[in-house]
Amino acid sequence: MSEYFPIFLQVVVAIGFAASALLVSVVLGKAAKTNKAKDSAYECGMPAEGGAQPRFSVKFYLVAMLFILFDIEIVFMYPWAVVFREHIAAHGPGIFWSMLSFAGVLTVGYVYAIMKGALDWKS
Amino acid sequence: MDFLTSSDFWFLSLTSLAKTIFLIFLVVLPMVSYTVYAERRVSALIQDRVGPNRTGFPTSLIPGFTKDFSPFLGGLGQPVADAVKFLLKEDFVPGHVNKLYFWLAPCLAMMPAIVTLAAIPFGSEFLGVKMVVADINVGLLFMFAISSVSVYGIVLAGWSSNSKYPFLGGIRSTSQMISYELCMGLSAVPVLLVCGSTGLSSIVNYQVREGWLLAPFTNGGLSFREIALWVPIIIAFITFTISMFAETNRLPFDLPESETELVAGYHTEYSSMKFALFFLGEYTAMIAGSALIVVLFLGGWHLPFIPDGAGQGGLNFLHAIPSWIWGLVNITAFFAKVAVLLLVFIWIRWTLPRFRYDQLMKLGWLYLFEIALVNIFLTAGILAFTK
Repeated sequence: MSEYFPIFLQVVVAIGFAASALLVSVVLGKAAKTNKAKDSAYECGMPAEGGAQPRFSVKFYLVAMLFILFDIEIVFMYPWAVVFREHIAAHGPGIFWSMLSFAGVLTVGYVYAIMKGALDWKS
Repeated sequence: MDFLTSSDFWFLSLTSLAKTIFLIFLVVLPMVSYTVYAERRVSALIQDRVGPNRTGFPTSLIPGFTKDFSPFLGGLGQPVADAVKFLLKEDFVPGHVNKLYFWLAPCLAMMPAIVTLAAIPFGSEFLGVKMVVADINVGLLFMFAISSVSVYGIVLAGWSSNSKYPFLGGIRSTSQMISYELCMGLSAVPVLLVCGSTGLSSIVNYQVREGWLLAPFTNGGLSFREIALWVPIIIAFITFTISMFAETNRLPFDLPESETELVAGYHTEYSSMKFALFFLGEYTAMIAGSALIVVLFLGGWHLPFIPDGAGQGGLNFLHAIPSWIWGLVNITAFFAKVAVLLLVFIWIRWTLPRFRYDQLMKLGWLYLFEIALVNIFLTAGILAFTK
């Protein structure tokens, strides 16, 4: 735990810096005046039109889902990579083939996503 | 919990607090302000303009001085003037925003960048203290984990602004950052394969022993295996650097901001210090990213023939000089390497045009992902089947 304690201190310093920067700006900055035009959403000077949060492409959700799937598979590679050299020295190159087969399974999913057009942004 | 009551506790808290304050307030934040200045001067140089070359320091306000002090290059007072201006600006919050998240977003955009710096070993040893704030053995994972939190700052900024341009900028930015996180995670794996550790200090120590990963000849001769490993490491370096550009939203990947389409992207509705915090966050993330590249590929604080802060290694006759001087040299070497990478960041920003969104996604998901994945097995194969 003692290795992680300095990180806690760093977090406290970062929060303190952000909070005090905002506070100093509130105290020193000119008091804000509002009017109707200033309070409307910025649309290059024209009156704001339509809803503020328009509908957007479903592709963004697909990307987020694929990210979660692949990111977890990448995390599996980290412990493998760390022990790789020691394991090779002790037990031979079997560890290489086992990860290659795992990546083969990953590739099947990846190719499926591409064939389905999940990553095709032109359509 | 016996750690909290032990006598080491106060020593550890004081030294790590001193290191944190040195790193953030004496090195990184000044570096951020002068990176902004360098960016403006270098862009001026590239576009054949002059850039900010006037602002000096107003010493004429102090009695006894008649002239303002303007250093030889000119404009070196610009970052200070900018900071003062940000603080004195009208602190305006538009009426249509979601107040809580509108205030939270700039803090969330800046904090992760500062916190990630905790795991970076920015020097060897200085007066017997290791120059890393938190020497954890999962340093690389820690960096990735915390830096991905910065997505929340941008998403919240885009969503809470209740306005079209910030919203689109926030959405784009999320999917860009998570896509390139994959490539970044994959392109770091070859380094782990070679070094056999996720601790950033052990990665640097490996490079001190065996030569920098990107320049293995810094340790003298090259074996066949080192030459063979050079190829995947160079590929990993290139894919990692490209992903780092995308992660920090720098051109040619600045789609979240892309001022020609989205005004200013996710921070369109922001002004004064809240805007400045986004700015600080972006540049701090750039520095943290460059520092990570230096640690992973460019040997960290190590310079060939120069001993470390404990007086180990290097050329023998240099050991006559006290080791704390070498500690300082190591720290300087580290930040000099970071500064060179920052100049590359700036140089590329003002050289390349911006990608289109579909090109960006194609590059990340089709090319970089595949290259990085194949590259892992290239590295592993070389390690497994060569001597």
